[in-house]
Amino acid sequence: MLKVENLRVSYGKIMALHGIDFYVDKGEIVTIIGANGAGKSTTLRAVSRMVPAADGSRLTYNGKNLLDYSADRVVSELGLTHVPEGRRLFGNLTVLENLKLACFARKDREQIKRDLERVFSIFARLGERREQKAGTLSGGEQQMLAIGRAFMSGRKIMLLDEPSMGLAPLLMMGVFNALREINQEGTAILLVEQNARLALKFAQRGYVLENGHLVLEGRGADLLQNPQVQNAYLGG
Amino acid sequence: MTFFLQNLVNALQWGSFYALIALGYSMVYGILMLFNFAHGDIFMVGAYIGFGVATGLTALAAMGMLALPNWVILVLTILISMFLTSFVGILVERLGYRPLRDAPRASAAITGLMIGIILETGNLALLGARRVSFPSLIDSVTYNFGGVYVTNKKIMIVAVSLALMAALHQFVSRTKWGMAMRAMAFDYVVVPLMGVPLNTIAALTFAIGSALAAAAGILFGVAYPVLDPYMGIVFGWKAFVAAILGGRGSIMGATLAGFLLGFIEIFVAMIFPSTLRDLIAYSIILLILVFRPHGFFGEAYSARLRL
Ligand SMILES: Nc1ncnc2c1ncn2[C@@H]1O[C@H](COP(=O)(O)OP(=O)(O)OP(=O)(O)O)[C@@H](O)[C@H]1O
Ligand SMILES: [Mg+2]
Repeated sequence: MLKVENLRVSYGKIMALHGIDFYVDKGEIVTIIGANGAGKSTTLRAVSRMVPAADGSRLTYNGKNLLDYSADRVVSELGLTHVPEGRRLFGNLTVLENLKLACFARKDREQIKRDLERVFSIFARLGERREQKAGTLSGGEQQMLAIGRAFMSGRKIMLLDEPSMGLAPLLMMGVFNALREINQEGTAILLVEQNARLALKFAQRGYVLENGHLVLEGRGADLLQNPQVQNAYLGG
Repeated sequence: MTFFLQNLVNALQWGSFYALIALGYSMVYGILMLFNFAHGDIFMVGAYIGFGVATGLTALAAMGMLALPNWVILVLTILISMFLTSFVGILVERLGYRPLRDAPRASAAITGLMIGIILETGNLALLGARRVSFPSLIDSVTYNFGGVYVTNKKIMIVAVSLALMAALHQFVSRTKWGMAMRAMAFDYVVVPLMGVPLNTIAALTFAIGSALAAAAGILFGVAYPVLDPYMGIVFGWKAFVAAILGGRGSIMGATLAGFLLGFIEIFVAMIFPSTLRDLIAYSIILLILVFRPHGFFGEAYSARLRL
């Protein structure tokens, strides 16, 4: 349902993406792995319309041209949400306010209530801290809230930028289990990770991004076995 | 003591003007990190719009087409003028500042000053150089509280100002629009990722700030019924100082600092010759800022990161 063709993005004179093609089907978990500076975050930013895509790029979502949408309408009208690198919570708002802000454009009050309860049942720690300022949460709780926010704001498809960053292994497992649960309820996931092993185990399909070019693609399990991937991303 | 209380009343009145204007400065700075240097002139435009609305309504009343008591006309004047002036603010944001969202801050500052001059000279061109006098809608009644003289106008001015500030506080802390403003003040870049239209929130902030400035303009017109196109300049700068003193972006800070400014000015004038008033008053404020460079409630938010 998300289809990206010939995506090119440049920051001034620097070309970060040199025309990449990929897709995410309904209900799928897809990952893009790559080293620092490969262009992973840029890919997500282009899809969520936070950076402009160069002429000739084609981005469609369920047949709709994403380039016709502004960043806020991508979320509010298409249900495509982006959890950015570093979480970027509103530290001056409470946990509950952060979640409610993510429903800014939603009108379905009853469903919002149910979704809120669902977030608090997936992440019980957030429920206990709903009146706490987001800025005072621990790193793991912040990541939960960042995902919870995305869950509230549409969740047809979630773009996740390095959700494992800075999390202890146990917490990380918790977060990925929650993501699996959310995915099983119908949300497609496009995951960007430096932790390639984790990402390839988690995803059904994966792409390998190098210097703005997609160099490999395949099933997650196959990529894990690929010697090239093992050498470059899995520590040999 | 009565002398002190007498001055306190005056200080509250002037503080109301400063605080209402400072709020607009501070809110806009909070979410867009720019000082709208045309804001003082929006206060002036608000006062003139109020003059127009009040004159129109009293004329209708005089012709017998509007059977309303004067105080209702005053309330209507305030509400209608706030509404109309908010569009001036929206226009200034849309035409003046939005194209400069990513430009260096100095460009926005220069643009603001230019917009101010355009509003002043535009008014001059439209209405000529004569001063206009604000219709007197309520008759002055003076009450004597144990030697302290308080007019009904002063009470009305302070009460209306406090009511507006309370309403603003409720709006910002309770509604989803207010929540979006607070979020935008914290991290403007990611706000669109929540499905929140940035431009709408920016426009709304300008609208509210301008409406409050208009209210200040009309209340000023009630107390000092002579308006001129340059009346916004000094008010604008003083309210700007209050916004800085309160802490950039802080609503509570702008309110308190606005009142503090009123107090300092009035009490300095109580002791020193009035020609020295501003010199001494603003030296005191400069001194406060030396010790509290971020103002009272200024939070040094981390510099905004790109996504
Ligand atoms: N705002 C920007 N301005 C200029 N260049 C940028 C900007 N953002 C990213 N780049 C450049 O684009 C390239 C891709 O960056 P991107 O952030 O997409 O990498 P990444 O794969 O997410 O890396 P990491 O794993 O470190 O997060 C890099 O060379 C980076 O320096
Ligand atoms: Mg990145």
